Amino acid sequence: MGLLKPNRDVGIIGYGAYVPRYRLPATEVSRIWEGGEGALPIKEKAVPGLDEDVATMSIEAARNAMARARIDPTLIRAVWVGSESHPYAVKPTSTIVAEAIGAVPHTQAADWQFACKAGTEAMQAAIGFVGSGMADYAMAVGMDTAQGRPGDALEYTAGAGGAAYIIGPANEALAVFEGSLSYVTDTPDFWRRQYEHYPEHGSRFTGEPAYFKHVMSAASELMEALGARPSDYAYAVFHQPNAKFPVKAGRDLGFSRDQIKAGLLVNEIGNTYAGAAIIGLTAILDEAKPGDRILAVSFGSGAGSDAFSLRVTEHITHRHEGVPTTRQYIARRVEIDYATYARHRKKLLME
Amino acid sequence: MRDVAIIGIGQTKVGEHWDKSLKELATESILAAIKDARTERVDSLYVGNMLSGELTGQEHLGALVSDFVGLRGVEAVKIEAACGSGAAALRMGYVTVAGELADIVVVAGVEKMTDKPGDAVTASLAMAADGDFEAQNGLSFVALNALLMRRYMHEYGVKHEEFAPFAINAHRNAVNNPYAMFPFAVTAEDFKKSKMIADPVNLLDSSPVCDGSAAVVLCPLDMARHRYASEHPVKLRACAIATDSIALHDRRDLLGLEGAALSAHKAYSQAGLGPQDIDLFEVHDAFTIMSVLSLEVCGFAERGRGTRLGLDGDIAIGGRIPITTMGGLKARGHPVGATGVYQIVEVVEQLRGQAGKNQVSDARLGMAQNIGGSGATVITTILEAMD
Repeated sequence: MGLLKPNRDVGIIGYGAYVPRYRLPATEVSRIWEGGEGALPIKEKAVPGLDEDVATMSIEAARNAMARARIDPTLIRAVWVGSESHPYAVKPTSTIVAEAIGAVPHTQAADWQFACKAGTEAMQAAIGFVGSGMADYAMAVGMDTAQGRPGDALEYTAGAGGAAYIIGPANEALAVFEGSLSYVTDTPDFWRRQYEHYPEHGSRFTGEPAYFKHVMSAASELMEALGARPSDYAYAVFHQPNAKFPVKAGRDLGFSRDQIKAGLLVNEIGNTYAGAAIIGLTAILDEAKPGDRILAVSFGSGAGSDAFSLRVTEHITHRHEGVPTTRQYIARRVEIDYATYARHRKKLLME
Repeated sequence: MRDVAIIGIGQTKVGEHWDKSLKELATESILAAIKDARTERVDSLYVGNMLSGELTGQEHLGALVSDFVGLRGVEAVKIEAACGSGAAALRMGYVTVAGELADIVVVAGVEKMTDKPGDAVTASLAMAADGDFEAQNGLSFVALNALLMRRYMHEYGVKHEEFAPFAINAHRNAVNNPYAMFPFAVTAEDFKKSKMIADPVNLLDSSPVCDGSAAVVLCPLDMARHRYASEHPVKLRACAIATDSIALHDRRDLLGLEGAALSAHKAYSQAGLGPQDIDLFEVHDAFTIMSVLSLEVCGFAERGRGTRLGLDGDIAIGGRIPITTMGGLKARGHPVGATGVYQIVEVVEQLRGQAGKNQVSDARLGMAQNIGGSGATVITTILEAMD
């Protein structure tokens, strides 16, 4: 029930990641707010630079995806950016990215929002768009520079980064979608009103009734619909708001630590919100071999999960030359202190 | 004045009931108690609760719950005495039956604490302390107990690890309680590594924030025997409330917990017995230090030697003075206004011989002590098994 399969098989033609270079260690957040005591949920998180936002970051990820896909950009019929930190409330990020990669004017372009699953929402739609035959190529991006409220637990992990995917016909794909499934309920675990700068959340309520209920349901129902078991997969990646949740979800579903290792990036870059599950997927694709199966499950507060089952093809071996890998972006780091972070994130009121 | 019995008990599991409202939780325990009592008639309802206004935006619980449960029209009020609300409600119910003003009375305790973030709950709980001098200066409830614990450790040369057996014992007993929030064991190692909350009080010293409801049905002892086919009436031998200054800094004898000492003394007098007669004690273990102080001032150990009861295994089910026999506040849980009634329900289970793997053998006399704030309102109840 709920299994999504398009009329023609589609897959990932190109993918690209982006992580800004600045890193704020969790020890810095702890130093300022907890006197250096308290448990650290991750090692460090990525912080955007002074001139970066979701538009600039999406463009770089999109260019990386184009470099891997090697297609004519004018054939892209949709450029969809999902984020919870779009630069404008009204004025799509997607048109900026579409223009930057040369996909205009014959393209769909709209922004998506569903907390941390905005990017995979766009991917589901792209699968349908291409799978129906309406288009041969569509781009879906999940990217965020989400703000953490100063002094809140989430400030440790609210990071920046994400990924872009170009969806196209299966015969050209480096990984084919075997099927997908969305599991959505009205569950208010985390939200931000339009006039508020920082989000609010329901503390422990964001666990069992939100993250776990939706991730576990989407993952297990997709596997059941496809007749698949955890042992059939070489890799699994889940939404990663902290180091604990995805590890527990993986373990409870029956995946081993090895299966989730490649995609688990939160400890080094933080929670990249709409980019989180899908940037983990790029790290997996950077090392996956033909024939490998991958399970990717996002989670967005509000709440819902998108689950995807992928099978890697022969084409993957030709798609890496000259494009930075996700690990290379992670390794490119400049450590900053809390004061610099506060400046970069415009937390200091100048008037 | 006439003797009063408890003829019915009911309780919900203690936990994070995000899908249940305050009145749904209360209804669950009340209907269970009424069913257990096998009575069709209820004359009045007393609802013990501390924070319904602050944490759920709802006061006026007497009328709210009586209507929702199907008792529209009866005498019903909310009784509040901070974390002592549950047993304070019991005292009110007891007094009306003993005073021949009502025959069948339901006493329920209910609390919902998990629908607001931690900071809001901490701020609300601080309302049990002195608003002008304690809460205003940022003293949270944990902090007040930390002050008591630190002073105790200093005066008696006691180390923090000596409090561990109280957490370990509570958790061990919770394993066999299907209503407990934390039905798993903890070790001395866990206690040592446990996260510090307000030095020296750590996570395993402290009871949890949670939701729950418990209820009992009272009636005259004579009626219990003759009319309500209650096979296991339990008699209320004593129920006594005493108060002390709210603020710690106004106490005459900080570690003497005078409210508890006075309440216990009154209860022993009412019952005509002493601590040596008590077979089990549902102590108010909101924090491990509170267990130790209560045990001392109620006469189970000398001042300053309370931790020995833990170290020597006296507090275990088979020990000299079993405490927290179904998990206590620490492991069964502490939905603050409901706790006092959970304690009574658990003593009744023991005296009826219905405590399963946690049964204290030959339990005839059980004591429960419910403490409001850091010792400002204390209600001590002594129950006796009837044949």
